[in-house]
Amino acid sequence: MGELRLMKGNEVLAEAAIRCGCDGYFGYPITPQSEVMETLMQRQPWDETGMVVLQAESEVASINMVYGAAAAGKKAMTSSSSPGISLMTEGISYIAGAELPCLIINVQRGGPGLGTIQPSQADYFQAVKGGGHGDYKLLVLAPASVQEMNDFVDLAFELAFKYRNPAMILADGALGQMMEKVELSDYKPRWTKEEIHEKWGSWATTGKPASRKKNIITSLELDSDIMEANNRRFQAKYKQMEQEEVRYELIECDDADYIIVAFGTSSRICQKSVEIARAQGLKVGLLRPITLFPFPKKIVGELAAKTKGFLSVEMNAGQMVEDIKLAIYDAGHHVPVEYFGRMGGIIPTPGEVVDSLKNKFHKE
Amino acid sequence: MDLKELIKPENLVYKKTELLNDDSMHYCPGCSHGVVHKILAELIAEMGIQEKTVGVAPVGCAVFAYKYIDIDWQEAAHGRAPAVATGLIRLMPDNFIFTYQGDGDLASIGAAEILHACNRGENILVIFINNGTYGMTGGQMAPTTLDGMVTSTTPNGRNIDLNGYPLKMTELIAQLPGTSYVTRQTVHTPGAVRKCKRSLKKAIEYVLDKKGTSFVEVVSTCNSGWKMTPVAANNWMEENMVPYYPLGDLKDSEKGEIVSEN
Repeated sequence: MGELRLMKGNEVLAEAAIRCGCDGYFGYPITPQSEVMETLMQRQPWDETGMVVLQAESEVASINMVYGAAAAGKKAMTSSSSPGISLMTEGISYIAGAELPCLIINVQRGGPGLGTIQPSQADYFQAVKGGGHGDYKLLVLAPASVQEMNDFVDLAFELAFKYRNPAMILADGALGQMMEKVELSDYKPRWTKEEIHEKWGSWATTGKPASRKKNIITSLELDSDIMEANNRRFQAKYKQMEQEEVRYELIECDDADYIIVAFGTSSRICQKSVEIARAQGLKVGLLRPITLFPFPKKIVGELAAKTKGFLSVEMNAGQMVEDIKLAIYDAGHHVPVEYFGRMGGIIPTPGEVVDSLKNKFHKE
Repeated sequence: MDLKELIKPENLVYKKTELLNDDSMHYCPGCSHGVVHKILAELIAEMGIQEKTVGVAPVGCAVFAYKYIDIDWQEAAHGRAPAVATGLIRLMPDNFIFTYQGDGDLASIGAAEILHACNRGENILVIFINNGTYGMTGGQMAPTTLDGMVTSTTPNGRNIDLNGYPLKMTELIAQLPGTSYVTRQTVHTPGAVRKCKRSLKKAIEYVLDKKGTSFVEVVSTCNSGWKMTPVAANNWMEENMVPYYPLGDLKDSEKGEIVSEN
């Protein structure tokens, strides 16, 4: 059993970063995730593990610092909230194009523009469809508890390095700010110079020894044939993620007539909605996607074969609902898919979700 | 004497450094980039620092710098090289990291990144190629374009009322306590090349001694962009660019202390 603590989601992200052997954090303050960098600065991991923490002049700079560090085979990360992530999308596109592993955390707030500092899931499309210019995808993990805020930091780095691709933890202001019991991970040592050389020496820019060719990290290729081959390689990688990395949780779906699909904070609400609905005699289950990309298409298709309808519950105007529809279409089924959500930083209540389900599917 | 008898190692007076590969450069004949690449490659070889060097290339004509010099490279987004270099040097403090940037990259879109990297005194070398135009995209106005200078986006010449003033980036950078050695050079004559190489060497030494940021501006020509022959471009630069961007060391000091200024 690891160390048990009562902590805020944002604080846990910082603690998990230190413990998983992260080499560098580069960030810029923004509500509601500023505690990530504040916690790191208070913890002073440079004395403990040698991890570097730097407050950059902007999100634009911090993501490019991550680019530089990641290209040297280091475990580098940043965190921000929605408007800051928008500023980073240029850099994220370059990171994806240069095939660099890193971790980006989005503790979402409501938008568009400056929006609100209250929790939201309105950056779903931005996260799962790439976000910046060009054809690329991020590995997107959606935690639904402070425990998962802890667990997904290490997991995200593991997946990022496995695929040489940026990974994102898509949280929200509620998960960042709420306190829960958490079992912290054990300390993993940071990779040594020799380990980096051995693991990532074929691409990491650590300085060219006589024994190897120079390593070049770039997203640029002006020869269209080579660039298309690069694009195909990226797409093959995303396809492999879809085959190997899908993660989700099913709650009471076995006998369900209706499936609620929700991730992150909304999935916590919907767990209660399932209880309420079942107490009223409605057979409702919950599918909680944990990876948003790759999206759990297969299980949606399987559930569509034996249920009467889907309700996508999101803290936005209805984004994931499109991916659910696509998954059902791809599986060759025709099941109604509805959406319910709140915006502006409002978290739906369990009762609202049940009412919506009844209104849409179970009119008496 | 037969020519073949002359070709012996003991008669060798000059050879291309091995760090510069044999790929033909994409730079236009007469462009300053090739010369700066050459002296940079020579210095990395002469100082024996190839194994610890990582270069950060810009967006602009030097975007392909990584093709020519045999060291590890990263290609940065437009203007972001100083942030990329920050990530590198913070996590690999014993490496030698440099950025190589043009005037659009460094003085326009990347103004924030260069200012803050220098202000933090990041232990990196910045090479700033200032030719007063955007060469790669076809000769548009740069922040350093001179008053009245014709470019494709200032067909009637830069108009101060409309476009503001040519930006003296290096003077600005010299004010920052994080920088240790700030200089402005050219490479348009053999003498200037030797002088520039000496400055670059000092700049690298300061970085290796962890004295903070070294900043070397090279006032350069873009004869294609300027629509001149290489020789005419050199003359034009000397007559027009150099008076506005005066040459020499702006700062040569331990971190934080300004010793001399133009």
